[in-house]
Amino acid sequence: MKGYLGIDVGSVSTNLVFMDENGKIREAIYLRTRGQPIFALQEGLRQLAERLPANTIVRGVGTTGSGRFLAGIIAGADVVKNEITSHAVAASTLVPGVQTILEIGGQDSKIIILRNGVVTDFAMNTVCAAGTGSFLDQQAARLNIPIEDFGELALKSTVPVRIAGRCAVFAESDMIHKQQMGYSLPDILAGLCEALVRNYLNNVGKGKEILPPVVFQGGVAANAGMRRAFEQALGLEVHVPPHYNVMGAVGAALLAREKMAGGGTSRFRGFGVAKTRFKAGGFECENCPNLCEVVEITREGEVIARWGDRCGRWSGSLGYQENAV
Amino acid sequence: MKVTFPHMGHMWICLSAMLEYLGVEVVVPPPSSKRTLTLGARHAPEFACLPLKLNLGNFMEASELGADTILMAGGCGPCRFGYYAQVEHAILEDLGYKYRLVVMEPPQKHVGELLSKIKYITGHSSWWEVVRGIRFGYQKARMVDELERQANYLRPREIHRGSTDKAFKRALQEIIAAKHPRDLPQAGERVRKIMAQVVIKPRPVLRVGIVGEIFTLLEPFANYDLERRLGYLGVETDRSIYLSEWINDHLFLGLVRGLRSRKEACQAAPPYLNHFVGGHGQETVGSTVMYAKQGYDGVIQLLPFTCMPEIVAHSVLPRLSTELGIPTLTITVDEQSGEAGLVTRLEAFIDLLARKKGVV
Ligand code: SF4
Repeated sequence: MKGYLGIDVGSVSTNLVFMDENGKIREAIYLRTRGQPIFALQEGLRQLAERLPANTIVRGVGTTGSGRFLAGIIAGADVVKNEITSHAVAASTLVPGVQTILEIGGQDSKIIILRNGVVTDFAMNTVCAAGTGSFLDQQAARLNIPIEDFGELALKSTVPVRIAGRCAVFAESDMIHKQQMGYSLPDILAGLCEALVRNYLNNVGKGKEILPPVVFQGGVAANAGMRRAFEQALGLEVHVPPHYNVMGAVGAALLAREKMAGGGTSRFRGFGVAKTRFKAGGFECENCPNLCEVVEITREGEVIARWGDRCGRWSGSLGYQENAV
Repeated sequence: MKVTFPHMGHMWICLSAMLEYLGVEVVVPPPSSKRTLTLGARHAPEFACLPLKLNLGNFMEASELGADTILMAGGCGPCRFGYYAQVEHAILEDLGYKYRLVVMEPPQKHVGELLSKIKYITGHSSWWEVVRGIRFGYQKARMVDELERQANYLRPREIHRGSTDKAFKRALQEIIAAKHPRDLPQAGERVRKIMAQVVIKPRPVLRVGIVGEIFTLLEPFANYDLERRLGYLGVETDRSIYLSEWINDHLFLGLVRGLRSRKEACQAAPPYLNHFVGGHGQETVGSTVMYAKQGYDGVIQLLPFTCMPEIVAHSVLPRLSTELGIPTLTITVDEQSGEAGLVTRLEAFIDLLARKKGVV
């Protein structure tokens, strides 16, 4: 089998997909990053190699997510793209004609507006945790319900409670208050979903024209309560695509296919990199008062990449440029 | 008397040229760095904007090098910048620094007001000398601006990544080294030769205009080297305000002819923004309109967090953007901004422009 590898290394999760030449997703792997992106990526590659047939040929690799440069170096990527472009490419391929993408992941949320298949506007919120997956996880844990049941429980609600959702801290204390007043769990959960959606639309989505078809993706899209809250707030049908939680990786695979369409051989280092010893180290450069934190990647003890310096002193010395890929 | 002033991009080159020519001892603060920002942010009010924090840091670092007099620009409302000189001075006094403060208010009627302030610092210089000093500094500003423009053109087209920036650094040294007006023509000649060595190849590039608050536009430390980053992403940039244009508009009251001026920008702003809102708010809107009409692919607005005039401009941009069909991206900076988020937004924006234009 021949195909393309898409890798999305984020702060919360690391996802890999293998897409065959017809654009069908054959394998998808979702792992927790747990602050160890290199380990997560290698583990992902190992699992993928196990699942794929022995004669698999990787014709191209794309990386995305906040760890895209790191992943690009380790795996040997043909294309390294930011997560907005990757998500947009994935959504518009899976849901043709999509005009709005609502994306809520573990740590950040964004909105992407497309018109005629082209991204025309976007906004990201990475500052506040209210309304992201981590916050929902936290609340589920506090209420002692498995996160998988969160959405279904919320759907049972008939009269959602109004919860202050501007900020994670307020939302939590308001929820505790409503619990003490004796509201039912489903009503509180549904109320929380509504609060988060309000928060999202007022912050990330502020001033954006939300037109159908609307796609909802990212880890939080698994939560049926959130989906319903969006539908009610927008008065529109909201689609959750099949690979909603690995869309970044899907986009990266699609971008890799686009990039390799002209021919050429992939820079993929092979699944064997799962066994190579990579290390991400770093140091603070004390050569000037900027005190840049320089990231350094070593393979079997040899430095293969550096970035993070403002002046080019370190990144330039290896011939690697973070934007060159 | 050892005079210092805040950093704003390459402004120090032009100011030191003028002051040193007039025999004033100058202490240039170390280039703005993380340390500058840390020092400034520690002692500044939290909701003051980035320029104040960096200025403050500059003064603290300059004092370590022996500076005792601050030369600072003033201004008029509604932008807070007008009282920054006083606020910064008061904070420094509270911290125990002994600084004398000289504020150059933008002249309201004629250039004489400016001349007398400069004469105050230089003391013994004759009027004639003062005028020549200003002219010398101004000529350097023109040369530096020209050099920056060239670099912005070359960067996206260079064959060897980084060669433009290397040449730029060397060329800048030539301008800095000229100690007398009569040395400038030769320096200019050497600058041209150095820049001509950058090897480029013709390739499709995107053109992006950068608008916004002047300090963040001019100070690469504050804007994360935006122009350089964009250059490396294959983008040719133009900045809506260059130092020499600003000097001409605000200090010379437009005396120098043939330069781009804020008047045109302000005239282009209606119907989106019909009046002065302080700072460069109206220019930001007007310049965006002009870039749209000149066929630029996109516009990036830069502002320090809490900058009121630019927030007003920002609220106008979406409508302008839809009506004139030019994508805009707003970047807000303060001591909390992170590089990773900025890089992602920039790349996504450039992808957007590239796909729209079909030059992927
Ligand atoms: S990497 Fe460059 S800019 Fe950063 S601290 Fe070292 S010398 Fe300074």
